[in-house]
Amino acid sequence: MNHKRLWSWLPVFAALALLLAACGGAPPAQAPQATEAPAAQATEAPAPTAAPAATEAPAATEAPAPTAAPAATEAPAAAEPGGKLTILYWQAITILNPHLASGTKDYDGATLILEPLARFSETDELVPYLATEIPTVENGGIAEDNTSITWKLVETNWSDGTPFTADDVVFTWQYCSTPETACTNASNLEPIETVEAVDPQTVRITWKEPNPNPYISFVGPLGMILQKAQFENCIGAAAISDAACQAANLAPIGTGPYKLTELRPGDTALYERNPEYRNADSVFFDEVEIKGGGDAASAARAVCETQEVDYAWNIQVPKAVLEPILASGNCDPVAGGSFGVERIVVNFSNPDPALGDQRSEPDQPHPFLTDPAVRQAINLAIDRQAIVDQLYGPTGYPTCNVLVVPAQVNSPNTTCDRNVEEANRLLDEAGYTLNGAVREKDGVRLVVDFQTSINTLRQGEQAIVKANLAEIGIQVNVKAIDAAVFFSGDPGNPDTLNKFYADLQMYTNGPDSTDSQAYLSSWQCSEVNSSANQWNGNNDGRYCNPEYDALFAEYAAEFDQARRAELAIQLNDILVNDVAIIPLVNRVTPQVKLKNLEGPTYSTFDSVLWNIQEWRRVP
Amino acid sequence: MGQYVVRRLLIAIPTLLITSLVIFAILALAPGDPLAQFALNPAVPEEVRERIREQLGLNQPWPVRYVKWLQQVSQGNFGISFNTKAPVLDLIGQRLPQTLQVVGLAYLIAVLIAIPIGIISAVKQYSLFDQIATFFSFVGFSVPSFFTGLVLMLVFAINLGWFPIVYSSTLKVTDWDSFWQQIRQMVLPISVLVVQQTAALTRFMRSSMLDNLTLDYVRTAKAKGLTDRLVVMRHVVTNSLIPVVTLIALGIPTIFAGAIITENLYRVNGLGQLLITSINNSDTPVVMALTFIFAILTVIFNLIADVLYGVLDPRVRYS
Repeated sequence: MNHKRLWSWLPVFAALALLLAACGGAPPAQAPQATEAPAAQATEAPAPTAAPAATEAPAATEAPAPTAAPAATEAPAAAEPGGKLTILYWQAITILNPHLASGTKDYDGATLILEPLARFSETDELVPYLATEIPTVENGGIAEDNTSITWKLVETNWSDGTPFTADDVVFTWQYCSTPETACTNASNLEPIETVEAVDPQTVRITWKEPNPNPYISFVGPLGMILQKAQFENCIGAAAISDAACQAANLAPIGTGPYKLTELRPGDTALYERNPEYRNADSVFFDEVEIKGGGDAASAARAVCETQEVDYAWNIQVPKAVLEPILASGNCDPVAGGSFGVERIVVNFSNPDPALGDQRSEPDQPHPFLTDPAVRQAINLAIDRQAIVDQLYGPTGYPTCNVLVVPAQVNSPNTTCDRNVEEANRLLDEAGYTLNGAVREKDGVRLVVDFQTSINTLRQGEQAIVKANLAEIGIQVNVKAIDAAVFFSGDPGNPDTLNKFYADLQMYTNGPDSTDSQAYLSSWQCSEVNSSANQWNGNNDGRYCNPEYDALFAEYAAEFDQARRAELAIQLNDILVNDVAIIPLVNRVTPQVKLKNLEGPTYSTFDSVLWNIQEWRRVP
Repeated sequence: MGQYVVRRLLIAIPTLLITSLVIFAILALAPGDPLAQFALNPAVPEEVRERIREQLGLNQPWPVRYVKWLQQVSQGNFGISFNTKAPVLDLIGQRLPQTLQVVGLAYLIAVLIAIPIGIISAVKQYSLFDQIATFFSFVGFSVPSFFTGLVLMLVFAINLGWFPIVYSSTLKVTDWDSFWQQIRQMVLPISVLVVQQTAALTRFMRSSMLDNLTLDYVRTAKAKGLTDRLVVMRHVVTNSLIPVVTLIALGIPTIFAGAIITENLYRVNGLGQLLITSINNSDTPVVMALTFIFAILTVIFNLIADVLYGVLDPRVRYS
């Protein structure tokens, strides 16, 4: 009887053991907490502005150290090349042909295998990859009349041992310029008249008309070169319908530092050293694994707390979650450049549902947001610093500009300090008087609908903006829309950002090229969204300013790069000073890496893995 | 019996057709766009997106797409995924082993644990063991897997460091060392699933036992002078297992649906993870294939459960 009672206690013992185990685990958990204070400072300091300096420095000064000190006692053993690099993405690679890719993760996955002619560094400068040098007007690579660009190619082999030639570049153009192939980067090749192989090591691109942005094609993540031999029969519809092409899309042959061992779409890509790579000896790791899936917070934990992986991509999580993880002391955040500017767009047309079909059409002016005083007051009332301090932490910093990258076009002329008194004064002066908590003028009450996508950060921002604007007598009704709808551009759905059936809306956007022309073109009158263009213009705020259009025309016709930068700044200043849109935060894509991994940096216009051939383990 | 099976299979055909039509319609009418990720990318203008839509066949009205899909499927072709641009069946084939390994093993363990606990709980009704087992099964019932998953991860992986939080699907088991690694990475996801599945099965086994324990044949067996142990194990358990076996059979298709939350949390590349990422990316062919296969399995296992019931319980006869 006795022993029977004893074993019925078994689950209790088990539960106790579990509890003990959990408590036994507490001390190691507390250890990092003790160091939290200094570590938190460490993560705050290098965050946005100091980061470039911090990451540039080790590359320059420390890199030679391991090679210079082979005689030292322990150093060489620890820095021995080889081993495996494990990278964690919370989105998973699904395809490795970048021209048919559907997201950043795919471009990044292809970056290890395929190369463009040149890539962008963390300072937005071009670094030659499959080219021997960057063509310029000075070295004769770019024609004086800007009608063509000539690239000299390096002599190298594909990973199958066959030589890389100009024919492969020509082929990549043919592949993507065929509309039925449906390349996602087709617009980057759109200005091209023809691509010809002058000789096996030289390729000339002729533009349809003089091109102010000659580095638009075959450069960066959208410009990776495919092997002609592998994709020859994949032009047009065959690109995705032919079985051989389907296989090729998942395992392209490349010229890069690594070649594919195995791809499990939606999960893991496994790479190994490419012995044919032209600098194969300088590549440190034997193997690279990019694992996808899960969520951003646990990806950061896997680097900083359990140290299972070396590097995690885009750990965009709220500051309150991120900072304790970074405080563990095992990892360094890597962030910089710009992922895009989080902005509030002002609707210049009237979204009033009472208008029916005419809702938000450009010919229906907004009852009060067309008044510069109201826009300026909103701009002055918003507390950008609070948004960054409370929500973004090391993943963003306040900005007054729409155009922040590259650095030479980031306008120094704008200010956006918070000034509630001035905002109130502007509204008083414009005749908006307080009636209860909300201002009104001629029966028009300052009540705005403010929409954005569903996202913890964005709902936090909405709450701050709502509180800010309440201080100046503007009532904000917030609305959050599923991201899949908000960003869909579906002409049948009323909740898209394109239709903008609200007074204010918030999202992130930025230029996709170091040349700002495509980005700045979207505030022209001709780009205004309306039912006439199925709401598919690029000007969702329906801002229309002849002064802006005239300056943009001058900018588009200018070929001198210095002058173009000046004009880009002026265009930015018009948008900011006229409060066509309200820039809030320059977001950076934060990565984390283990302290013993050296090399990861960032790049605004390229993959974060752009320099993966230089990554190495340090003692 | 044979006639019954044939009849059931014939009824299954319209069921499956209607199921597939409903799922297809929901997917087609739900908001969301496979190209949504490009919506704000100035490098991918509307013309290019339109061309990609054409390439993927999305420019046609959904009833037309459904008929085309049905034609394909009748030839055993589930189409190509919008994201990988490769056959859907390859994707599913890659995922199936991981799901069977993790979710299937969890189910097996849950069954093996739940049945003995259920038996003991019933035989020693209201004993301390029963109370504790009841308590834990209610915990298992009521605490969702995203919570247990996170707690286990925090305690055992992050604080104690016993298990990894990232499941490596490329791990090849070649020796004891890698085998041990494989066990370690499976412990947490399997525990989360076992806790949940055991809870339901335990309660079911217990109540089924209690129903039987009070029946006359038990008293008769005891009156014959059989030991308690023999009565319980030989007579009561076998009879009580009948409804439980059908329940277990009905649960098998859910293995193939994967465990969406747990797989996602621990980065197990199973079918559940595939399903949820495909839904998020509006990758219709993958979602259709998965749900359709799941529907087929459900119909089949329903039939198996019914047939099994007839085999196990002589009182049930089909005609």
